Amino acid sequence: MTRAQELLSVKNRQKITWILFLLPAVTMYLVFMAGPLFDSLRLSLYQGEGYNPTTFVGLQNYRDLFTNPLWREKFFNAFANTCIFFAIHMLVQNTLGLLFANLLSSEFRGRNFFRTVIFAPATLSVLVTGFLWTLILNPNWGAVNKTLIAIGLKEFALPWLGRENLALPIISLTSVWQWVGMPTVMFLAGLMGISDELLEAARIDGASEWNIFWKIKFPLLKPVIGVVAILTFVDNFNAFDVIYAMAGAKGEPAYSADLLATLFYRTGIAGEHPVGIPDMGMGAAIATMTFAILMTGVLFWLYFSRKQAME
Amino acid sequence: MRLNKTQLLFTYIILGVWSVIVLFPIWTLIVNSFKPQKQIFKNPFGLPETFTMDGYREAWNNGRFDLYFINTLIVTAIALGLILFIGSMAAYALAKWKSPVSAFLYIFFIAGLMIPIRLGTLDLVRLIKALNLQDTYWSLIPVYVAMGMPIATFVLTAFIKELPGEMFEAAKIDGATEWQIYSRIVLPLMRPALATVAIFNMIKIWNDFWFPLVFIRAEESRTVALGVSLLFGQYRTDWTRALAVLSLAAVPMLILYMLLAREFIKGLTAGAVKG
Repeated sequence: MTRAQELLSVKNRQKITWILFLLPAVTMYLVFMAGPLFDSLRLSLYQGEGYNPTTFVGLQNYRDLFTNPLWREKFFNAFANTCIFFAIHMLVQNTLGLLFANLLSSEFRGRNFFRTVIFAPATLSVLVTGFLWTLILNPNWGAVNKTLIAIGLKEFALPWLGRENLALPIISLTSVWQWVGMPTVMFLAGLMGISDELLEAARIDGASEWNIFWKIKFPLLKPVIGVVAILTFVDNFNAFDVIYAMAGAKGEPAYSADLLATLFYRTGIAGEHPVGIPDMGMGAAIATMTFAILMTGVLFWLYFSRKQAME
Repeated sequence: MRLNKTQLLFTYIILGVWSVIVLFPIWTLIVNSFKPQKQIFKNPFGLPETFTMDGYREAWNNGRFDLYFINTLIVTAIALGLILFIGSMAAYALAKWKSPVSAFLYIFFIAGLMIPIRLGTLDLVRLIKALNLQDTYWSLIPVYVAMGMPIATFVLTAFIKELPGEMFEAAKIDGATEWQIYSRIVLPLMRPALATVAIFNMIKIWNDFWFPLVFIRAEESRTVALGVSLLFGQYRTDWTRALAVLSLAAVPMLILYMLLAREFIKGLTAGAVKG
């Protein structure tokens, strides 16, 4: 063997080593995640009952989803509800997170305790949180209404999960209760990265804490705000457990808490009552639409965070 | 920064009120699970006057919680082991192999952080059926392993890239193979990053409800989350039992969290902090 050949074979052997290192992870990821994701897109072009929809129908499922009033109403209802769910998280969860993080970024006794407490619900199962709050919000026996009645606010003791205009906001707030620790910790990490000298200099110049927050901290936090927003978006557009626990698979009452994920579950997996036969093609079409919504959001975020980084 | 008196008061009031809002439901959950139903309704906030373990006994016997715990433990342990092992191997190659292939694969893995595996559920149902794994908890393991790959490659690749390069060269000159470098040098050094990945995935897997709901019906294959949902449905009007079931699911994680709060917080936010 010439020297060159020898070098080449060493290089090849090196390459094979790397491929062997990657092979198990790539195989698992491809077969059980990426593959099913893409095959679900293909499945949306088929119709048929049970687990093997075999009739190729082109874009018929999408046509039904957007033009058949039955489907259109369900889909846009779920889409609008998911947007509301997301909006409440952005407004309440992420604002509270920013507030808590800002408070936790200064030094005082008990800071670690508060951080630990605020984050604690994030380690619970969403299902447990949802069930627990249905008990607390129970109109007759729950702690919330009992307290309201005890302090003389009987007229505010409402059936929180039983009214169409209340169920979704209340469930969203339960979810906020659980997840507010995430943005808190992320914003806190961002705030800790801002140099103390910068803030001290502003204070010496007589700037108020309010101005320091809006003029210095907030602009510097923009990249973190972007990350928090996109993670909230992705999580919210997949939320299922909390609705299932508090409003059932149908997002009751009267589909007022139906999200894209619960619609997907009923259509593609459980089958709609009373028929109970899953429509996998249509389920796949709903999943594909969710996928498209997510991709649009993520690409927007990538575009804007790139642009911001350039400036 | 130091706070003045007013600022300190403001801080304590806001954080204090939120802490009550967080701790109060958890407190009532645990305390009331030891009370008979009547007492829960009469005195929902205080300590139990008559202490009862009925709820737990019922849940344990009726619901076979021992089995659910073992099932969930098996699934979580095997999936975690596989995620750490094959994830760290891949991360080593992604960090050290300079080639367009590895650059592409890195992005391919990271994309999974933003695209939830749930959207592929319908096809996974078919795949699990084809593999004849439906209705067993084994069906969950490959799915969780795949689901864990993005975070594992993301965190571990970043960690290996920050290790000093001379270390690897020195080992190479001494004639070590890549496998030896990986198993004897990189793995031991990587322990903190492995812990982060392990905690992230442990919480996700232990609490997952979606895949058990879709894949599993048989009692002997149920996980804790699935058992909770079925039993809670049954016990909806019997609060002692319902709260006992919820406590059984929540308390193990809460205890772990109290012991390892710092690591838990770091683990759960791992995907975002560098994102």
